[in-house]
Amino acid sequence: MSAHRPRRRLAGRIARHVLLVASAAFALLPFVWMVSLSLKPPDEIFQPDFHLWPQSFHGVENYRVALTAAPMLRFLLNGAFVCAVIFALQLVICVPCAYALAKLRFRGRDTLFSAVLVGLLVPPQALAIPHFVLLYVFGLLDTYAALILPWIISAFGIFLLRQFFRSIPDEIIHAARLDGLGEFEIIWRIMMPMSAPALAAFGIFSVVAHWNDLFWPLIAVRSEEISTPALGILLFRDDEAGQFLGALMAGATIIVAPLLLAFLFAQRRFIDGLATTAMK
Amino acid sequence: MSVMALAHRRARPAARRRQHQAAEATVGWLAVSPALILLICLLFGPAAAVILFSFTDWQLGASTFRFVGTENFAALWADPPFWKALINTCIYVAIVVPGTVGLGLATALLIEASPSLRGFYRAVHFLPVMSTMSAMAVVWGTMLHPSIGLVNRTLAVFGMTGINWLRDEHTALLAVALIGIWQGFGFAMVLFVSGLKAVPQQLYDAAAVDGADGLFDRLRIVTLPMLGPVTMFVIVLTASRAFEVFDSVRVLTQGGPNYASEVLLNRLYSESFDYLRTGYGAALTVVYLAIVIALTIAQARFIERRVHYS
Repeated sequence: MSAHRPRRRLAGRIARHVLLVASAAFALLPFVWMVSLSLKPPDEIFQPDFHLWPQSFHGVENYRVALTAAPMLRFLLNGAFVCAVIFALQLVICVPCAYALAKLRFRGRDTLFSAVLVGLLVPPQALAIPHFVLLYVFGLLDTYAALILPWIISAFGIFLLRQFFRSIPDEIIHAARLDGLGEFEIIWRIMMPMSAPALAAFGIFSVVAHWNDLFWPLIAVRSEEISTPALGILLFRDDEAGQFLGALMAGATIIVAPLLLAFLFAQRRFIDGLATTAMK
Repeated sequence: MSVMALAHRRARPAARRRQHQAAEATVGWLAVSPALILLICLLFGPAAAVILFSFTDWQLGASTFRFVGTENFAALWADPPFWKALINTCIYVAIVVPGTVGLGLATALLIEASPSLRGFYRAVHFLPVMSTMSAMAVVWGTMLHPSIGLVNRTLAVFGMTGINWLRDEHTALLAVALIGIWQGFGFAMVLFVSGLKAVPQQLYDAAAVDGADGLFDRLRIVTLPMLGPVTMFVIVLTASRAFEVFDSVRVLTQGGPNYASEVLLNRLYSESFDYLRTGYGAALTVVYLAIVIALTIAQARFIERRVHYS
Protein backbone atom coordinates (compact mmCIF):
# COMPACT_ATOMS: atom_id res chain seq x y z
CA MET A 1 0.00 0.00 0.00
CA SER A 2 2.65 2.49 1.06
CA ALA A 3 4.60 1.54 -2.04
CA HIS A 4 1.97 2.59 -4.54
CA ARG A 5 0.63 5.58 -2.65
CA PRO A 6 3.27 8.05 -3.95
CA ARG A 7 2.82 6.74 -7.46
CA ARG A 8 -0.91 7.26 -7.17
CA ARG A 9 -0.32 10.78 -5.89
CA LEU A 10 1.92 11.51 -8.86
CA ALA A 11 -0.76 10.21 -11.23
CA GLY A 12 -3.28 12.43 -9.49
CA ARG A 13 -1.04 15.43 -9.90
CA ILE A 14 -0.57 14.77 -13.60
CA ALA A 15 -4.31 14.23 -14.06
CA ARG A 16 -4.96 17.58 -12.36
CA HIS A 17 -2.68 19.38 -14.80
CA VAL A 18 -4.08 17.56 -17.83
CA LEU A 19 -7.66 18.47 -16.92
CA LEU A 20 -6.82 22.06 -16.03
CA VAL A 21 -4.83 22.56 -19.22
CA ALA A 22 -7.89 21.33 -21.13
CA SER A 23 -10.27 23.75 -19.42
CA ALA A 24 -7.69 26.55 -19.67
CA ALA A 25 -7.48 25.84 -23.40
CA PHE A 26 -11.26 26.22 -23.64
CA ALA A 27 -11.01 29.57 -21.84
CA LEU A 28 -8.08 30.80 -23.91
CA LEU A 29 -8.99 29.46 -27.34
CA PRO A 30 -10.97 32.50 -28.56
CA PHE A 31 -8.13 34.82 -27.52
CA VAL A 32 -5.50 32.70 -29.27
CA TRP A 33 -7.67 32.45 -32.38
CA MET A 34 -8.32 36.21 -32.33
CA VAL A 35 -4.65 37.14 -32.11
CA SER A 36 -3.65 34.49 -34.66
CA LEU A 37 -6.12 35.80 -37.24
CA SER A 38 -5.16 39.39 -36.50
CA LEU A 39 -1.65 38.62 -37.78
CA LYS A 40 -2.68 36.96 -41.06
CA PRO A 41 -3.30 38.22 -44.59
CA PRO A 42 -6.81 37.59 -46.01
CA ASP A 43 -5.84 34.72 -48.34
CA GLU A 44 -4.18 32.83 -45.52
CA ILE A 45 -7.32 33.09 -43.36
CA PHE A 46 -9.35 31.48 -46.15
CA GLN A 47 -6.88 28.79 -47.22
CA PRO A 48 -7.83 25.22 -46.29
CA ASP A 49 -4.87 24.39 -44.03
CA PHE A 50 -4.56 26.21 -40.75
CA HIS A 51 -1.41 27.47 -39.07
CA LEU A 52 -1.45 29.09 -35.67
CA TRP A 53 1.40 31.41 -36.62
CA PRO A 54 1.00 33.24 -39.97
CA GLN A 55 3.16 32.07 -42.86
CA SER A 56 3.41 35.62 -44.14
CA PHE A 57 3.19 38.13 -41.32
CA HIS A 58 0.45 40.66 -41.94
CA GLY A 59 0.03 41.97 -38.38
CA VAL A 60 1.32 45.49 -38.96
CA GLU A 61 -1.05 46.01 -41.88
CA ASN A 62 -4.08 44.61 -40.00
CA TYR A 63 -3.53 46.72 -36.91
CA ARG A 64 -2.87 49.78 -39.06
CA VAL A 65 -6.22 49.29 -40.83
CA ALA A 66 -8.00 48.73 -37.50
CA LEU A 67 -6.52 51.91 -36.05
CA THR A 68 -7.10 54.13 -39.10
CA ALA A 69 -10.34 52.88 -40.68
CA ALA A 70 -12.16 53.24 -37.35
CA PRO A 71 -11.24 55.51 -34.44
CA MET A 72 -10.22 52.52 -32.32
CA LEU A 73 -8.18 54.56 -29.83
CA ARG A 74 -11.00 57.05 -29.61
CA PHE A 75 -13.31 54.19 -28.54
CA LEU A 76 -10.88 53.29 -25.76
CA LEU A 77 -10.59 56.89 -24.60
CA ASN A 78 -14.37 57.25 -24.69
CA GLY A 79 -14.68 54.10 -22.61
CA ALA A 80 -12.14 55.33 -20.07
CA PHE A 81 -13.76 58.78 -19.90
CA VAL A 82 -17.33 57.49 -19.55
CA CYS A 83 -16.37 54.89 -16.94
CA ALA A 84 -14.34 57.41 -14.92
CA VAL A 85 -17.09 60.04 -14.89
CA ILE A 86 -19.78 57.50 -14.04
CA PHE A 87 -17.78 56.18 -11.10
CA ALA A 88 -16.82 59.65 -9.85
CA LEU A 89 -20.45 60.82 -9.90
CA GLN A 90 -21.63 57.57 -8.31
CA LEU A 91 -19.22 58.21 -5.43
CA VAL A 92 -20.24 61.85 -4.97
CA ILE A 93 -23.90 60.85 -4.81
CA CYS A 94 -23.80 57.45 -3.13
CA VAL A 95 -21.19 57.98 -0.40
CA PRO A 96 -23.01 60.71 1.58
CA CYS A 97 -26.28 58.83 1.23
CA ALA A 98 -24.70 55.55 2.37
CA TYR A 99 -23.08 57.33 5.32
CA ALA A 100 -26.35 58.91 6.41
CA LEU A 101 -28.17 55.59 6.11
CA ALA A 102 -25.47 53.83 8.12
CA LYS A 103 -24.56 56.33 10.82
CA LEU A 104 -27.08 59.16 11.20
CA ARG A 105 -30.49 59.04 12.81
CA PHE A 106 -33.28 60.91 11.10
CA ARG A 107 -36.92 60.39 10.37
CA GLY A 108 -37.57 58.52 7.12
CA ARG A 109 -34.21 56.80 7.14
CA ASP A 110 -35.62 53.29 7.25
CA THR A 111 -38.17 54.10 4.56
CA LEU A 112 -35.42 55.40 2.31
CA PHE A 113 -33.33 52.31 2.92
CA SER A 114 -36.30 50.11 1.99
CA ALA A 115 -36.61 52.15 -1.21
CA VAL A 116 -32.95 51.44 -1.98
CA LEU A 117 -33.58 47.71 -1.46
CA VAL A 118 -36.56 47.88 -3.83
CA GLY A 119 -34.34 49.76 -6.29
CA LEU A 120 -31.91 46.81 -6.20
CA LEU A 121 -34.64 44.63 -7.70
CA VAL A 122 -35.05 46.72 -10.85
CA PRO A 123 -32.87 45.53 -13.77
CA PRO A 124 -31.43 48.53 -15.62
CA GLN A 125 -32.62 47.26 -19.01
CA ALA A 126 -36.21 47.72 -17.83
CA LEU A 127 -35.64 51.49 -17.63
CA ALA A 128 -34.26 51.87 -21.15
CA ILE A 129 -37.42 53.29 -22.72
CA PRO A 130 -38.07 56.08 -20.18
CA HIS A 131 -34.35 56.92 -20.02
CA PHE A 132 -34.33 57.20 -23.80
CA VAL A 133 -37.40 59.44 -23.74
CA LEU A 134 -35.95 61.60 -20.97
CA LEU A 135 -32.70 62.13 -22.88
CA TYR A 136 -34.67 62.80 -26.07
CA VAL A 137 -36.74 65.48 -24.32
CA PHE A 138 -33.60 67.22 -23.06
CA GLY A 139 -31.90 66.85 -26.45
CA LEU A 140 -29.09 64.78 -24.94
CA LEU A 141 -29.27 61.67 -27.10
CA ASP A 142 -26.02 60.77 -28.85
CA THR A 143 -23.88 62.70 -26.35
CA TYR A 144 -21.56 61.66 -23.54
CA ALA A 145 -24.29 62.75 -21.13
CA ALA A 146 -26.57 60.09 -22.59
CA LEU A 147 -23.99 57.42 -21.79
CA ILE A 148 -23.38 58.71 -18.27
CA LEU A 149 -26.57 60.15 -16.74
CA PRO A 150 -28.70 57.00 -16.38
CA TRP A 151 -25.97 55.37 -14.28
CA ILE A 152 -25.01 58.08 -11.81
CA ILE A 153 -27.43 56.78 -9.20
CA SER A 154 -26.63 53.25 -8.07
CA ALA A 155 -28.91 51.59 -5.55
CA PHE A 156 -26.33 48.82 -5.41
CA GLY A 157 -23.54 51.29 -4.61
CA ILE A 158 -25.56 52.84 -1.78
CA PHE A 159 -26.37 49.41 -0.39
CA LEU A 160 -22.81 48.10 -0.61
CA LEU A 161 -21.23 51.19 0.98
CA ARG A 162 -23.87 51.41 3.70
CA GLN A 163 -23.11 47.82 4.73
CA PHE A 164 -19.41 48.65 4.87
CA PHE A 165 -19.87 51.94 6.75
CA ARG A 166 -21.91 50.13 9.40
CA SER A 167 -18.87 47.98 10.18
CA ILE A 168 -16.83 51.08 11.06
CA PRO A 169 -17.09 51.69 14.86
CA ASP A 170 -19.17 54.68 16.02
CA GLU A 171 -16.37 55.68 18.42
CA ILE A 172 -14.26 56.84 15.49
CA ILE A 173 -17.03 59.15 14.37
CA HIS A 174 -17.65 60.43 17.91
CA ALA A 175 -13.94 61.16 18.30
CA ALA A 176 -13.92 63.02 14.99
CA ARG A 177 -16.93 65.08 16.09
CA LEU A 178 -15.20 65.96 19.36
CA ASP A 179 -12.25 67.13 17.29
CA GLY A 180 -14.64 69.56 15.67
CA LEU A 181 -15.07 67.88 12.30
CA GLY A 182 -18.38 68.45 10.51
CA GLU A 183 -20.35 65.48 9.17
CA PHE A 184 -19.27 66.08 5.58
CA GLU A 185 -15.64 66.34 6.63
CA ILE A 186 -16.10 63.05 8.45
CA ILE A 187 -17.47 61.52 5.24
CA TRP A 188 -14.66 62.63 2.95
CA ARG A 189 -11.70 62.64 5.33
CA ILE A 190 -12.43 59.64 7.57
CA MET A 191 -15.01 57.31 6.08
CA MET A 192 -13.64 57.42 2.52
CA PRO A 193 -10.04 56.49 3.38
CA MET A 194 -11.21 53.85 5.86
CA SER A 195 -13.45 52.18 3.32
CA ALA A 196 -10.85 51.96 0.54
CA PRO A 197 -11.40 48.19 0.06
CA ALA A 198 -15.15 48.60 -0.38
CA LEU A 199 -14.67 51.59 -2.70
CA ALA A 200 -12.14 49.64 -4.78
CA ALA A 201 -14.54 46.70 -5.03
CA PHE A 202 -17.40 48.95 -6.10
CA GLY A 203 -15.12 50.80 -8.52
CA ILE A 204 -14.01 47.60 -10.23
CA PHE A 205 -17.59 46.38 -10.41
CA SER A 206 -18.76 49.68 -11.89
CA VAL A 207 -15.93 50.11 -14.42
CA VAL A 208 -16.06 46.51 -15.66
CA ALA A 209 -19.85 46.70 -16.05
CA HIS A 210 -19.85 49.95 -18.01
CA TRP A 211 -16.74 49.25 -20.09
CA ASN A 212 -18.33 46.01 -21.30
CA ASP A 213 -21.92 47.23 -21.58
CA LEU A 214 -23.46 47.02 -25.04
CA PHE A 215 -27.20 47.30 -24.39
CA TRP A 216 -27.33 50.95 -23.36
CA PRO A 217 -24.71 52.46 -25.75
CA LEU A 218 -26.51 50.71 -28.62
CA ILE A 219 -29.66 52.64 -27.65
CA ALA A 220 -28.20 55.99 -26.63
CA VAL A 221 -25.49 56.60 -29.21
CA ARG A 222 -25.23 56.65 -33.01
CA SER A 223 -22.03 58.61 -33.74
CA GLU A 224 -18.69 56.92 -33.99
CA GLU A 225 -16.96 59.80 -32.17
CA ILE A 226 -18.58 59.05 -28.83
CA SER A 227 -18.93 55.27 -29.07
CA THR A 228 -17.63 53.16 -26.22
CA PRO A 229 -15.44 50.10 -26.99
CA ALA A 230 -18.24 47.51 -26.89
CA LEU A 231 -20.24 49.48 -29.45
CA GLY A 232 -17.21 50.62 -31.46
CA ILE A 233 -16.18 47.11 -32.46
CA LEU A 234 -19.65 46.54 -33.95
CA LEU A 235 -19.51 49.80 -35.89
CA PHE A 236 -16.14 48.66 -37.24
CA ARG A 237 -17.57 45.27 -38.20
CA ASP A 238 -20.37 46.93 -40.18
CA ASP A 239 -17.81 49.22 -41.82
CA GLU A 240 -16.20 48.33 -45.14
CA ALA A 241 -12.74 47.77 -43.61
CA GLY A 242 -14.27 45.43 -41.03
CA GLN A 243 -15.07 42.97 -43.82
CA PHE A 244 -11.39 42.02 -43.69
CA LEU A 245 -11.30 39.46 -40.92
CA GLY A 246 -7.65 40.10 -40.06
CA ALA A 247 -8.34 43.78 -39.44
CA LEU A 248 -11.55 42.96 -37.57
CA MET A 249 -9.69 40.60 -35.23
CA ALA A 250 -7.00 43.25 -34.76
CA GLY A 251 -9.78 45.65 -33.77
CA ALA A 252 -11.23 43.12 -31.32
CA THR A 253 -7.78 42.62 -29.80
CA ILE A 254 -7.39 46.36 -29.29
CA ILE A 255 -10.85 46.55 -27.68
CA VAL A 256 -10.42 43.71 -25.17
CA ALA A 257 -6.74 44.32 -24.36
CA PRO A 258 -6.95 47.23 -21.86
CA LEU A 259 -9.26 45.52 -19.36
CA LEU A 260 -7.44 42.18 -19.68
CA LEU A 261 -4.07 43.85 -19.09
CA ALA A 262 -5.44 45.79 -16.12
CA PHE A 263 -6.72 42.49 -14.76
CA LEU A 264 -3.39 40.70 -15.22
CA PHE A 265 -1.60 43.50 -13.35
CA ALA A 266 -4.02 43.51 -10.42
CA GLN A 267 -5.56 40.04 -10.41
CA ARG A 268 -6.25 39.76 -6.68
CA ARG A 269 -7.95 43.12 -6.62
CA PHE A 270 -10.19 42.36 -9.60
CA ILE A 271 -11.14 38.86 -8.46
CA ASP A 272 -11.79 39.92 -4.86
CA GLY A 273 -13.63 43.04 -5.99
CA LEU A 274 -15.97 41.22 -8.35
CA ALA A 275 -16.47 38.29 -5.94
CA THR A 276 -17.34 40.50 -2.97
CA THR A 277 -19.73 42.68 -4.96
CA ALA A 278 -21.44 39.52 -6.21
CA MET A 279 -21.71 38.06 -2.70
CA LYS A 280 -23.55 41.08 -1.28
CA MET B 1 -33.01 73.66 45.46
CA SER B 2 -36.52 74.24 44.26
CA VAL B 3 -38.37 71.69 42.28
CA MET B 4 -38.69 74.16 39.44
CA ALA B 5 -34.96 74.68 39.20
CA LEU B 6 -34.35 70.95 39.29
CA ALA B 7 -36.81 70.42 36.48
CA HIS B 8 -35.16 73.22 34.59
CA ARG B 9 -31.72 71.67 34.95
CA ARG B 10 -32.98 68.33 33.80
CA ALA B 11 -34.66 69.89 30.84
CA ARG B 12 -31.51 71.51 29.53
CA PRO B 13 -29.59 68.39 28.50
CA ALA B 14 -32.81 67.07 27.02
CA ALA B 15 -33.21 70.24 25.03
CA ARG B 16 -29.61 70.06 23.90
CA ARG B 17 -30.10 66.46 22.91
CA ARG B 18 -33.18 67.45 20.97
CA GLN B 19 -31.23 70.23 19.31
CA HIS B 20 -28.47 67.79 18.47
CA GLN B 21 -31.00 65.33 17.05
CA ALA B 22 -32.48 68.06 14.88
CA ALA B 23 -29.02 68.96 13.59
CA GLU B 24 -28.29 65.31 12.84
CA ALA B 25 -31.58 65.00 10.99
CA THR B 26 -30.78 68.10 8.92
CA VAL B 27 -27.36 66.75 7.96
CA GLY B 28 -28.92 63.37 7.24
CA TRP B 29 -31.46 64.78 4.85
CA LEU B 30 -28.83 67.00 3.24
CA ALA B 31 -26.62 63.95 2.67
CA VAL B 32 -29.33 61.77 1.18
CA SER B 33 -31.17 64.42 -0.85
CA PRO B 34 -29.10 64.19 -4.09
CA ALA B 35 -29.42 60.41 -4.05
CA LEU B 36 -33.12 60.60 -3.18
CA ILE B 37 -33.88 63.05 -6.00
CA LEU B 38 -31.98 60.92 -8.50
CA LEU B 39 -33.59 57.71 -7.27
CA ILE B 40 -36.95 59.30 -8.01
CA CYS B 41 -35.97 60.88 -11.36
CA LEU B 42 -33.87 58.04 -12.78
CA LEU B 43 -35.26 54.91 -11.13
CA PHE B 44 -38.72 55.00 -9.59
CA GLY B 45 -40.12 57.65 -11.92
CA PRO B 46 -38.98 55.79 -15.05
CA ALA B 47 -40.22 52.48 -13.63
CA ALA B 48 -43.66 54.06 -13.16
CA ALA B 49 -43.41 55.59 -16.66
CA VAL B 50 -42.79 52.18 -18.23
CA ILE B 51 -45.94 50.85 -16.62
CA LEU B 52 -47.85 53.91 -17.84
CA PHE B 53 -46.48 53.57 -21.41
CA SER B 54 -47.51 49.93 -21.48
CA PHE B 55 -51.17 50.97 -21.42
CA THR B 56 -50.80 53.35 -24.38
CA ASP B 57 -50.31 53.02 -28.12
CA TRP B 58 -47.47 55.56 -28.09
CA GLN B 59 -44.72 55.31 -30.68
CA LEU B 60 -41.39 57.04 -30.13
CA GLY B 61 -41.46 60.42 -31.85
CA ALA B 62 -45.24 60.57 -32.18
CA SER B 63 -46.81 63.65 -30.63
CA THR B 64 -50.05 62.01 -29.55
CA PHE B 65 -51.04 58.77 -27.91
CA ARG B 66 -54.14 57.28 -26.41
CA PHE B 67 -54.76 54.82 -23.64
CA VAL B 68 -55.56 51.39 -24.97
CA GLY B 69 -56.06 49.52 -21.73
CA THR B 70 -54.53 46.06 -21.78
CA GLU B 71 -54.41 45.86 -25.58
CA ASN B 72 -50.60 45.68 -25.63
CA PHE B 73 -50.59 42.80 -23.18
CA ALA B 74 -53.26 40.98 -25.18
CA ALA B 75 -51.15 41.47 -28.32
CA LEU B 76 -48.12 40.16 -26.45
CA TRP B 77 -50.04 37.10 -25.32
CA ALA B 78 -51.00 36.36 -28.94
CA ASP B 79 -47.51 37.07 -30.33
CA PRO B 80 -45.59 33.85 -31.22
CA PRO B 81 -42.13 35.57 -31.26
CA PHE B 82 -42.70 36.67 -27.66
CA TRP B 83 -43.41 33.09 -26.56
CA LYS B 84 -40.48 31.87 -28.59
CA ALA B 85 -38.26 34.42 -26.83
CA LEU B 86 -39.57 33.46 -23.39
CA ILE B 87 -39.11 29.73 -24.00
CA ASN B 88 -35.68 30.22 -25.57
CA THR B 89 -34.54 32.32 -22.62
CA CYS B 90 -35.60 29.52 -20.29
CA ILE B 91 -33.82 26.91 -22.43
CA TYR B 92 -30.72 29.13 -22.49
CA VAL B 93 -30.78 29.38 -18.69
CA ALA B 94 -31.36 25.62 -18.41
CA ILE B 95 -28.23 24.95 -20.51
CA VAL B 96 -25.96 27.68 -19.18
CA VAL B 97 -26.60 27.15 -15.45
CA PRO B 98 -25.59 23.45 -15.19
CA GLY B 99 -22.73 23.99 -17.66
CA THR B 100 -21.33 27.00 -15.85
CA VAL B 101 -21.83 25.65 -12.34
CA GLY B 102 -20.50 22.18 -13.19
CA LEU B 103 -17.44 23.44 -15.02
CA GLY B 104 -16.85 26.13 -12.39
CA LEU B 105 -17.02 23.60 -9.53
CA ALA B 106 -14.79 21.08 -11.32
CA THR B 107 -12.09 23.65 -12.10
CA ALA B 108 -12.28 25.10 -8.57
CA LEU B 109 -11.78 21.66 -7.01
CA LEU B 110 -8.88 20.91 -9.35
CA ILE B 111 -7.21 24.28 -8.83
CA GLU B 112 -7.47 24.07 -5.03
CA ALA B 113 -6.29 20.46 -4.93
CA SER B 114 -2.64 21.52 -5.08
CA PRO B 115 -0.71 24.80 -4.93
CA SER B 116 1.19 24.06 -8.13
CA LEU B 117 0.41 26.70 -10.82
CA ARG B 118 -2.67 27.70 -8.81
CA GLY B 119 -2.43 31.43 -9.53
CA PHE B 120 -1.77 30.85 -13.21
CA TYR B 121 -4.81 28.62 -13.70
CA ARG B 122 -7.03 30.96 -11.74
CA ALA B 123 -6.03 33.95 -13.88
CA VAL B 124 -6.42 32.08 -17.16
CA HIS B 125 -9.89 30.80 -16.30
CA PHE B 126 -10.93 34.27 -15.24
CA LEU B 127 -9.90 36.02 -18.49
CA PRO B 128 -13.22 35.41 -20.31
CA VAL B 129 -15.07 37.05 -17.40
CA MET B 130 -13.11 40.24 -17.95
CA SER B 131 -13.39 40.36 -21.72
CA THR B 132 -15.81 42.63 -23.57
CA MET B 133 -18.59 40.34 -24.73
CA SER B 134 -19.46 42.19 -27.92
CA ALA B 135 -15.87 41.93 -29.19
CA MET B 136 -15.52 38.31 -28.12
CA ALA B 137 -18.86 37.48 -29.73
CA VAL B 138 -17.43 38.81 -32.99
CA VAL B 139 -14.47 36.46 -32.45
CA TRP B 140 -16.76 33.51 -31.66
CA GLY B 141 -18.62 34.34 -34.87
CA THR B 142 -15.45 33.66 -36.86
CA MET B 143 -14.70 30.51 -34.83
CA LEU B 144 -18.16 29.15 -35.69
CA HIS B 145 -17.90 30.23 -39.34
CA PRO B 146 -19.00 27.30 -41.56
CA SER B 147 -15.89 27.11 -43.78
CA ILE B 148 -12.99 28.96 -42.15
CA GLY B 149 -14.05 28.60 -38.51
CA LEU B 150 -11.96 26.75 -35.96
CA VAL B 151 -14.83 24.45 -34.97
CA ASN B 152 -15.53 23.12 -38.44
CA ARG B 153 -11.81 22.95 -39.33
CA THR B 154 -11.31 20.77 -36.24
CA LEU B 155 -14.26 18.56 -37.20
CA ALA B 156 -12.83 18.24 -40.71
CA VAL B 157 -9.60 16.85 -39.24
CA PHE B 158 -11.70 13.99 -37.87
CA GLY B 159 -13.46 13.57 -41.20
CA MET B 160 -16.71 15.19 -40.12
CA THR B 161 -18.51 18.00 -41.89
CA GLY B 162 -19.68 20.77 -39.60
CA ILE B 163 -22.74 22.89 -40.16
CA ASN B 164 -23.39 26.62 -40.14
CA TRP B 165 -23.87 26.69 -36.39
CA LEU B 166 -25.26 30.20 -36.08
CA ARG B 167 -27.53 29.99 -39.12
CA ASP B 168 -29.03 26.61 -38.29
CA GLU B 169 -32.32 26.62 -36.37
CA HIS B 170 -31.26 23.58 -34.35
CA THR B 171 -27.89 24.87 -33.18
CA ALA B 172 -28.07 28.70 -33.02
CA LEU B 173 -29.32 28.83 -29.42
CA LEU B 174 -26.94 26.04 -28.40
CA ALA B 175 -23.98 27.93 -29.87
CA VAL B 176 -24.95 31.09 -28.01
CA ALA B 177 -25.33 29.08 -24.78
CA LEU B 178 -21.84 27.62 -25.25
CA ILE B 179 -20.50 31.18 -25.45
CA GLY B 180 -22.42 31.98 -22.26
CA ILE B 181 -20.78 29.07 -20.45
CA TRP B 182 -17.37 30.09 -21.80
CA GLN B 183 -17.74 33.57 -20.40
CA GLY B 184 -19.23 32.67 -17.03
CA PHE B 185 -17.53 29.54 -15.70
CA GLY B 186 -14.39 31.37 -14.51
CA PHE B 187 -16.53 33.52 -12.27
CA ALA B 188 -18.30 30.48 -10.82
CA MET B 189 -14.84 28.97 -10.25
CA VAL B 190 -13.71 32.00 -8.23
CA LEU B 191 -16.81 31.88 -6.05
CA PHE B 192 -16.36 28.13 -5.44
CA VAL B 193 -12.69 28.69 -4.54
CA SER B 194 -13.69 31.18 -1.85
CA GLY B 195 -16.22 28.61 -0.62
CA LEU B 196 -13.55 25.90 -0.53
CA LYS B 197 -11.21 28.11 1.46
CA ALA B 198 -13.90 28.39 4.14
CA VAL B 199 -14.12 24.61 4.70
CA PRO B 200 -12.35 23.97 8.03
CA GLN B 201 -9.37 21.60 7.87
CA GLN B 202 -10.59 19.80 11.03
CA LEU B 203 -13.46 18.31 9.04
CA TYR B 204 -11.00 16.62 6.69
CA ASP B 205 -8.95 15.42 9.65
CA ALA B 206 -12.07 14.04 11.33
CA ALA B 207 -13.10 12.31 8.11
CA ALA B 208 -9.62 10.81 7.82
CA VAL B 209 -9.91 9.44 11.36
CA ASP B 210 -13.16 7.81 10.29
CA GLY B 211 -11.33 6.20 7.39
CA ALA B 212 -12.48 8.54 4.66
CA ASP B 213 -9.14 9.70 3.28
CA GLY B 214 -9.52 8.86 -0.41
CA LEU B 215 -10.06 11.75 -2.79
CA PHE B 216 -13.63 10.85 -3.65
CA ASP B 217 -14.54 10.01 -0.05
CA ARG B 218 -13.31 13.40 1.09
CA LEU B 219 -15.23 15.02 -1.73
CA ARG B 220 -18.46 13.17 -1.00
CA ILE B 221 -18.40 13.36 2.79
CA VAL B 222 -16.87 16.77 3.47
CA THR B 223 -16.33 19.07 0.50
CA LEU B 224 -19.59 18.89 -1.42
CA PRO B 225 -21.92 19.10 1.60
CA MET B 226 -19.93 22.05 2.93
CA LEU B 227 -20.20 23.79 -0.45
CA GLY B 228 -24.01 23.57 -0.37
CA PRO B 229 -24.75 27.23 0.38
CA VAL B 230 -22.09 28.51 -2.08
CA THR B 231 -23.45 26.21 -4.78
CA MET B 232 -26.94 27.54 -4.19
CA PHE B 233 -25.62 31.06 -4.47
CA VAL B 234 -23.67 30.38 -7.67
CA ILE B 235 -26.73 28.76 -9.26
CA VAL B 236 -28.89 31.75 -8.41
CA LEU B 237 -26.31 34.26 -9.64
CA THR B 238 -25.63 32.37 -12.87
CA ALA B 239 -29.34 31.97 -13.55
CA SER B 240 -30.13 35.64 -13.08
CA ARG B 241 -27.22 36.65 -15.31
CA ALA B 242 -28.17 34.11 -17.95
CA PHE B 243 -31.71 35.46 -17.90
CA GLU B 244 -30.30 38.82 -19.04
CA VAL B 245 -28.50 37.39 -22.08
CA PHE B 246 -28.32 39.99 -24.85
CA ASP B 247 -24.87 40.87 -26.23
CA SER B 248 -24.02 37.54 -27.86
CA VAL B 249 -27.47 37.18 -29.41
CA ARG B 250 -27.50 40.76 -30.70
CA VAL B 251 -24.03 40.50 -32.21
CA LEU B 252 -24.26 36.99 -33.70
CA THR B 253 -27.83 36.05 -34.62
CA GLN B 254 -30.20 38.98 -33.94
CA GLY B 255 -32.49 36.27 -32.61
CA GLY B 256 -32.52 34.32 -35.88
CA PRO B 257 -32.82 32.23 -37.88
CA ASN B 258 -36.60 32.39 -37.70
CA TYR B 259 -36.55 33.31 -33.99
CA ALA B 260 -34.57 30.15 -33.17
CA SER B 261 -32.25 32.11 -30.86
CA GLU B 262 -34.61 34.94 -29.93
CA VAL B 263 -34.38 35.90 -26.24
CA LEU B 264 -36.39 38.31 -24.09
CA LEU B 265 -33.97 41.22 -23.96
CA ASN B 266 -33.32 41.11 -27.70
CA ARG B 267 -37.08 41.06 -28.30
CA LEU B 268 -37.44 44.00 -25.94
CA TYR B 269 -34.69 45.89 -27.76
CA SER B 270 -36.06 45.18 -31.24
CA GLU B 271 -39.64 46.18 -30.47
CA SER B 272 -38.67 49.31 -28.53
CA PHE B 273 -35.74 50.65 -30.53
CA ASP B 274 -35.72 49.01 -33.98
CA TYR B 275 -39.46 49.22 -34.64
CA LEU B 276 -40.07 52.08 -32.17
CA ARG B 277 -43.27 50.45 -30.91
CA THR B 278 -42.91 52.07 -27.52
CA GLY B 279 -46.23 51.02 -25.99
CA TYR B 280 -45.73 47.41 -27.03
CA GLY B 281 -42.07 47.48 -25.96
CA ALA B 282 -43.13 48.89 -22.60
CA ALA B 283 -45.61 46.04 -22.12
CA LEU B 284 -42.82 43.60 -22.89
CA THR B 285 -40.62 45.46 -20.40
CA VAL B 286 -43.29 45.21 -17.72
CA VAL B 287 -43.48 41.45 -18.24
CA TYR B 288 -39.68 41.19 -18.14
CA LEU B 289 -39.55 43.32 -14.99
CA ALA B 290 -42.24 41.22 -13.31
CA ILE B 291 -40.40 37.98 -14.10
CA VAL B 292 -37.03 39.30 -12.87
CA ILE B 293 -38.50 40.67 -9.64
CA ALA B 294 -40.49 37.48 -8.98
CA LEU B 295 -37.40 35.35 -9.54
CA THR B 296 -35.25 37.58 -7.31
CA ILE B 297 -37.74 37.47 -4.45
CA ALA B 298 -38.25 33.71 -4.83
CA GLN B 299 -34.48 33.19 -4.80
CA ALA B 300 -34.03 35.36 -1.73
CA ARG B 301 -36.74 33.38 0.12
CA PHE B 302 -35.31 30.07 -1.04
CA ILE B 303 -31.75 30.90 -0.03
CA GLU B 304 -32.86 32.23 3.35
CA ARG B 305 -34.69 28.99 4.10
CA ARG B 306 -31.89 26.77 2.85
CA VAL B 307 -29.21 28.54 4.83
CA HIS B 308 -31.46 28.60 7.86
CA TYR B 309 -32.13 24.87 7.93
CA SER B 310 -28.69 23.69 6.87
